[in-house]
Amino acid sequence: MSAPGDLTPTREQRLALLRTMLVIRSCEEQLVKLYAAGKIRGGCHTYIGEEAVATGVCAHLRTDDVVFSTHRGHGHALAKGVPPAELIAELLGKATGCSGGRGGSMHLFKPEVGFMGSSGIVAPCITLAAGAGYTARLLRTDGVAVAFFGDGAVNNGAFHEGINMAAAWDLPVLFVCENNLYATEIAFAKATRNPSVASRAQAYGLPGVEVDGNDVLAVYRVAGEAVARARQGEGPTLIECRTYRVRAHSEGMREVGYRTPEEVAAWKERCPIKTFSQRLIGEGLASPAELAALEADVRALIEAAVAFAERSPWPDPATAAAYLYSQEDCVHA
Amino acid sequence: MREMTFVEAAREGLAEEMARDPRVFVVGEGIGPRGGNFNTTVGLFEIYGEERLRDTPISERGFTTLCIGAAATGSRPIVDFMFIDFLTDAFGDMFNQAAKLQWMSSGRLKMPIVFRGCIGVASQFGAHHSGNYYPFFMHIPGFRVVLPTTPSDAKGLLKTAIRCDDPVLFLEHKNLLGLKGPVPEGEHLVPFGQAAVVRPGEHVTIVGIAYQVHQALKAAAQLAEEGISAEVIDPRTLAPLDVETILESVHKTGRLLVVDEDFAPCGAASEIATLVMERGFDDLDAPVRRLNGAFIPAPYSEALAPGLVPDAPAIVAAVHDLLAE
Repeated sequence: MSAPGDLTPTREQRLALLRTMLVIRSCEEQLVKLYAAGKIRGGCHTYIGEEAVATGVCAHLRTDDVVFSTHRGHGHALAKGVPPAELIAELLGKATGCSGGRGGSMHLFKPEVGFMGSSGIVAPCITLAAGAGYTARLLRTDGVAVAFFGDGAVNNGAFHEGINMAAAWDLPVLFVCENNLYATEIAFAKATRNPSVASRAQAYGLPGVEVDGNDVLAVYRVAGEAVARARQGEGPTLIECRTYRVRAHSEGMREVGYRTPEEVAAWKERCPIKTFSQRLIGEGLASPAELAALEADVRALIEAAVAFAERSPWPDPATAAAYLYSQEDCVHA
Repeated sequence: MREMTFVEAAREGLAEEMARDPRVFVVGEGIGPRGGNFNTTVGLFEIYGEERLRDTPISERGFTTLCIGAAATGSRPIVDFMFIDFLTDAFGDMFNQAAKLQWMSSGRLKMPIVFRGCIGVASQFGAHHSGNYYPFFMHIPGFRVVLPTTPSDAKGLLKTAIRCDDPVLFLEHKNLLGLKGPVPEGEHLVPFGQAAVVRPGEHVTIVGIAYQVHQALKAAAQLAEEGISAEVIDPRTLAPLDVETILESVHKTGRLLVVDEDFAPCGAASEIATLVMERGFDDLDAPVRRLNGAFIPAPYSEALAPGLVPDAPAIVAAVHDLLAE
């Protein structure tokens, strides 16, 4: 974590950013395999190609800052501190998963680290995060809330209502749009006339910033400024991260009819991990051998996480109805 | 005991809870300096200011979901919808977020949030301001559904609702707002899941929902003149539902009429009737009867729909039919 105002990460911080991106990538690659093996069912939306966004934003967050995420939430969870073993176990439906097997990919929860849920419904994360911002103001903490959401969410009413209220009431929130150009397969250009999400901020009277979402340092800088503003009581920021998912919307889905192989290939070239690694080497901040060792280290960690998840027990069906209500007489102590 | 109106009693409960717990705040349209369309917050803005009495834009889904996020992170919000019909814009997030977040997070997130608003056919408000909606919320795992019918219960149940860590629908029938009644001094909490036998009787059990409790009491008084002794039960909360009290009554009377101004299909009366048939069949001397409001949106002109909702004469007639079985 940088001190406020210092948004040039040190060498160690840069390596930490790379490591987080590698953890996300490696984890997703294992999930892809587990899905193909039939061990993961339901929706499984990978974050491959978008790692720089969650990494650059969450690097500024404390454990008590909160993140509300989307259906494509693995990267947000990992960057916010959900252990890979708990995430993988959750997707396998195991008792040791971060949601005890209740959730799966789209309902990951780990409030202990400020991860307030991935979600199967697009857009409410925007207004939920505004509410967390309201709590921070009401309880006089300097906590910050972050909503991650895709370009698909910005044409939902929750975007309008949530951002409008957060701006009106100066709530400490980052609204981070991952514009990966398609809402499943509906091109953003076909879904709205204004091609810029960031420019919408003007309509609500809050700062809006567009940033290259595949450049982790650019995201880190913009997010750092927004977090500092929010913590100082200066209100919310809308950040549009231009990025791209290189795999199908969800594992197992047909990839036809909406984008070309050339487009996908071009974005793969802009892989945030590859370009950042090259930059670290080019600037003499790390050697190729050092980065190869880091990658191997991360791969081993994720392989161990998979092994942990595989050997974990199934949840007890007797617990399925637990936690539906807070307590029997439901009166808060 | 001192007398207060329903609205005054509920407001006293709210004021006490706001004084007790600084995490409690209210949002809604006109609940600030104006004190609420139905006077739910009169006098509180002057004490607590706009952070805790937040006048909102007309963004029902937005401020509802904002409050759900606030509840998940340690606040204790009260969403005052004014007319409960206005929550329809927020249904999705009430069902998918408020009702499920505790469960999905294995109880690590709490959901201490109250959704309050006025229900019911009254004053010819027409199709968009006369709804009841409680069966929707009875149907969803995770909600508490509360319908006070007296000033005392309005206060005691609202205080319980505000202290509850679960999402609570607190529904106030418009015809009850001006009702006067005794309210105990001092700390007064009414637990959820305890029905009230508001008039004891021997020959027939009448369960009334919300305002229909009062219509049932009127009907019971008329029936008493004919020598028919009706027991009237007010469930007070539909989720949790105190079916035991209803079963005990039916064990004694052998006959059950459920009166509910809301629509019949898949409604509160249907649920009560089914539970009694499942668990009290041997006690029944006649099929359970339902008396519901007409299955149409509430029209403006009363001439269009006489008998739109049940009243005491309709209840008396239904009891006569039931006793003839």
